Amino acid sequence: MEKGKTVQHLINKEWCKGCGICIHFCPKKVLEFDGDGKADAARPEDCIACRLCELRCPDLAIQIIEQDGENE
Amino acid sequence: MTKERFDFKDYIRPRFFPHMWCPGCGHGIVLSSLLRAVHELGLEKNEIVITSGIGCSSRISGYVDFHSLHTIHGRALAFATGVKLSKPSLKAIVPMGDGDALAIGGNHFIHAARRNIDITAIVMNNRIYGMTGGQFSPLSGSGKKATTAPYLTIDREFDIVDLAKSAGATFVARSTVFHAMECKDLLKKAITHKGFSVVEILTQCPTYYGRKNKEGDAIQMMEGYKNNTVKIGSKKLEDNPNLIQRGIFVEKTDVPEYCEAYDRVIQTAMKGKA
Repeated sequence: MEKGKTVQHLINKEWCKGCGICIHFCPKKVLEFDGDGKADAARPEDCIACRLCELRCPDLAIQIIEQDGENE
Repeated sequence: MTKERFDFKDYIRPRFFPHMWCPGCGHGIVLSSLLRAVHELGLEKNEIVITSGIGCSSRISGYVDFHSLHTIHGRALAFATGVKLSKPSLKAIVPMGDGDALAIGGNHFIHAARRNIDITAIVMNNRIYGMTGGQFSPLSGSGKKATTAPYLTIDREFDIVDLAKSAGATFVARSTVFHAMECKDLLKKAITHKGFSVVEILTQCPTYYGRKNKEGDAIQMMEGYKNNTVKIGSKKLEDNPNLIQRGIFVEKTDVPEYCEAYDRVIQTAMKGKA
């Protein structure tokens, strides 16, 4: 992740159908299935905000929000 | 890019979500690319009319918060032609499935292309009739399994790009849902193009096509789009000519647009009083 930036993964669990496309194609392996079989940001600190998950989510269930701020 | 951040909630009717498409269906990626294209072009929602026919793909018209018309099977282009002629200022976009566009609506497709009316036709090609239970379509191709072809299909498939090209479409492009960014860029160009634009987007149907033809789940089918397609004229075609080409195949600006030509007829008939 870029210094001084944080990335927030807004995942709409009601809309996610658990197809796993976002998890498979994430270049940094940030996402994983949660206990309900839905996508979850397991390692958000590794995210580079490439937005490939957002672009390829067929359920329009992921949004990536980049924020300036502390990285701690 | 427009200044504002893209939020698809600004462009959809959230009361119809989660949508009815199966888990992993590529149609949602086409919807997402279309919304991003509209956002980046800075179009107002009132400037767009989405006309669709029948099928999984045609459900798009219900999900988008534009003017929308959900019509009858195969006839979306005919309805869009009527809308466009009466209100030429609207951007007409017609998402169709492969069966809707080229079997039931085959004639409407070639004649809309021949007239060069300013409509953007998006052919969401999943090579099967999904909504009705997995019957083979004119895009399935031979040697494929379908509900109606338990012993494999014997019909050859259309090449949408070649068909659109020969029918006279003035903008013809192809992409896949794996290449979502490319999809968005091609849709932007197609919507901006004055004349009949065809964008074929390969999209997976894991439920019927993928499962029956042992092409795996949605992820494996998307890996297939990554591995079996190349940009137009890629060097990889020398080794494997069967790779599917992506990109813009036709972009012509020297053909008169239908609504403008029709306006000239009115001017002549009214002897300049219109």
